[in-house]
Amino acid sequence: MPVTSIGKYEFEPLDKVENFHGNQLTYINWEKHLLFCAPVCLPLPPEMLFSTFIKETMPGVYGKHPDFEKINWDEVTWTLDQVDFIPDMAASLKENGLGHKSLLRFWTPGLNGIEGSHS
Amino acid sequence: MAEKRKKKLGIKQRYSMLTRGLSWETTYQDMDKVFPYDKFEGIHIHDWEAWEDPFRLTMDAYWKFQSEKEKKLYAVIDSFAQNNGHLGITDARYVNAIKLFLTGISPAEYQAARGFTHVGRQFRGVGPRVACQMQAIDELRHAQTQIHSMSHYNKYFDGLHSGPYMHDRVWYLSVPKSFFDDARTAGPFEFLTSISFAFEYVLTNLLFVPFMSGAAFNGDMATVTFGFSAQSDEARHMTLGLAVIKFMLEQDERNIPIVQRWMDKWFWRGTRLLTLVAMMMDYMLPKRVMSWREAWDIYFTEAGGALFKDLERYGIRPPKYADIATKEAEHLSHQAWHIFYNYTHAAAFHTWVPEKEELDWLSEKYPNTFDKYYRPRLEYLDKEEKAGRRFYNDTLPMLCQVCQIPMGYTEMDDPTTISFQSSEYKGDKYHTCSLGCKDIFDYEPEKYVQAWLPVHQIYQGNCGGPEIEDVLKWYNFNLGADNLDYSGSPDQKLWNEWQAHRKKA
Amino acid sequence: MSRKVSITLQNNDDARPIIEAIEKDNPDSTVNIYPAMVKIDCEGRLIVKQETVEALLGREWDVQELHLSIVSMAGNVDEEDEYFELSWNL
Repeated sequence: MPVTSIGKYEFEPLDKVENFHGNQLTYINWEKHLLFCAPVCLPLPPEMLFSTFIKETMPGVYGKHPDFEKINWDEVTWTLDQVDFIPDMAASLKENGLGHKSLLRFWTPGLNGIEGSHS
Repeated sequence: MAEKRKKKLGIKQRYSMLTRGLSWETTYQDMDKVFPYDKFEGIHIHDWEAWEDPFRLTMDAYWKFQSEKEKKLYAVIDSFAQNNGHLGITDARYVNAIKLFLTGISPAEYQAARGFTHVGRQFRGVGPRVACQMQAIDELRHAQTQIHSMSHYNKYFDGLHSGPYMHDRVWYLSVPKSFFDDARTAGPFEFLTSISFAFEYVLTNLLFVPFMSGAAFNGDMATVTFGFSAQSDEARHMTLGLAVIKFMLEQDERNIPIVQRWMDKWFWRGTRLLTLVAMMMDYMLPKRVMSWREAWDIYFTEAGGALFKDLERYGIRPPKYADIATKEAEHLSHQAWHIFYNYTHAAAFHTWVPEKEELDWLSEKYPNTFDKYYRPRLEYLDKEEKAGRRFYNDTLPMLCQVCQIPMGYTEMDDPTTISFQSSEYKGDKYHTCSLGCKDIFDYEPEKYVQAWLPVHQIYQGNCGGPEIEDVLKWYNFNLGADNLDYSGSPDQKLWNEWQAHRKKA
Repeated sequence: MSRKVSITLQNNDDARPIIEAIEKDNPDSTVNIYPAMVKIDCEGRLIVKQETVEALLGREWDVQELHLSIVSMAGNVDEEDEYFELSWNL
């Protein structure tokens, strides 16, 4: 039973991918860096290369953190929708398996946030 | 007092005379057509006459007491305004709690009035109909008196100029709005369980009581007075909440699992909503009465514990995830404040890093968590702000599909890792902040796939334009005045001028 | 486990005789004073007696006047002409 209702109750979801003008929503979280209070949400073109995402999108999101410039991207570990994941930098987001409303989490070994507090 | 005048009827008889026999079985229309909403939720009622209002308040007594409350309240509101009561508050930072209250809570009072007006028509039993109609009037009164009381602050402080308009648009106000939308679009019995029981009985104590006491401590005469005036009604509402639960449980044992599931759902939705209040208590009162943790211990663990012990004989257990909520009481206010600190450029109130003595108070009240997880971050933010680099988060946050709060809650066994839950429904992904919110989504996905999530709406282009400035204008914010840090705000400037005058005088 | 009932009243002139009456009629109760309000806790049961309030006030007092001063409560309500009682089923 998808809802308790007085009759037929079916509606279009409000956040279908078609509503985002060719983009798809991507959720991103830099683990153990809670200076950023929550994961972020961005509408991104599915054709964007993963390398472009790292070079051009990430600095605008996380560049204010003093740890950001210390990130060695070769050592970063990732999960995509909660499954371990190794991105192909030369492939697009879509080719890497990112769908609408996918969750991308990444860990930066050795970087523990402000005063080691995971902030 | 032997000569005391005897009343003609006792309270029980009076209540019975004035609430019974007011209804009838319809003959030329089917009762199910006249009252089409009180069965589809699966609640079985055999005897509506078994409904008993413990307060036995009749309409004549209701009007008498309410008018007396109103007279008292408006005398104080007038006096507060005439005597420049705003000058007596402890600090202008305090007013930011009032801004959140006026934009977040007062419109919810109006929503409650709409909800109770609806169910006050829809029950076929006359006892609950009368109780709901009284409560509908109460809720309308709360919305009105709150707006009247706080209007005085609007003459001097920013961010108070369009509460109801903001309520329908602003990202964080979608949290209380969606809570009440969810309740009002449910059936009448679920509505009463959500608002009268879970919200008013179990959680209002946490919402209003310590906060109003805090308002008194901070010299806010207007808020204390409307707060307590409203709270005198709440005591009656709480009783209604407990009465409706017992009524459902006593009528039919098939009702028990339904009521339990509603309690689980609305307890969790309520604790999520109360995140806003946790932060008001720990961060926005310059003089503090008790910490959120202490309020939780007194009002939920102790009072709620006794209540659920009482309901045990009906086969009801404490709400699911109450243990997680209790652990979260150590973290909630800090995580909430941090969310608003991140996004104050997009809020109609100010945030700040607490002063040193305030940080010390938090360290003392939260010995297990504050120094370890939160103080270093606040001290870093303070340093950055003083160096002219006030930190703001430039990217919109991921929101929970159910509570709509930015996903800033962490795992309680690992408080530096964000809690992620997700579900799939008809080929799309839906993310939630907790097991509590995930359960709610999974039970009625068709309802929550329609959630109006502010961040997604902005990206769809439905909120004024693509730039954050367009969105804030669409919210009807006065940019540079309503938003940003308290430090450097027009509120702060005005307050400092008043204080300088006072010293001179 | 503790099964306290409680009543919270405003700390004002109307409520003071009620608070005093509660203390008198419920000797085991604990009175907690907070800014602007008073919370009275009592194990299992707590009663407000009309007779005691009237003696302290020196006038007739309708139990329902409690509505003007109450802030919050915990417990099952039993209201009669002569008393107002809160209890948990033990």
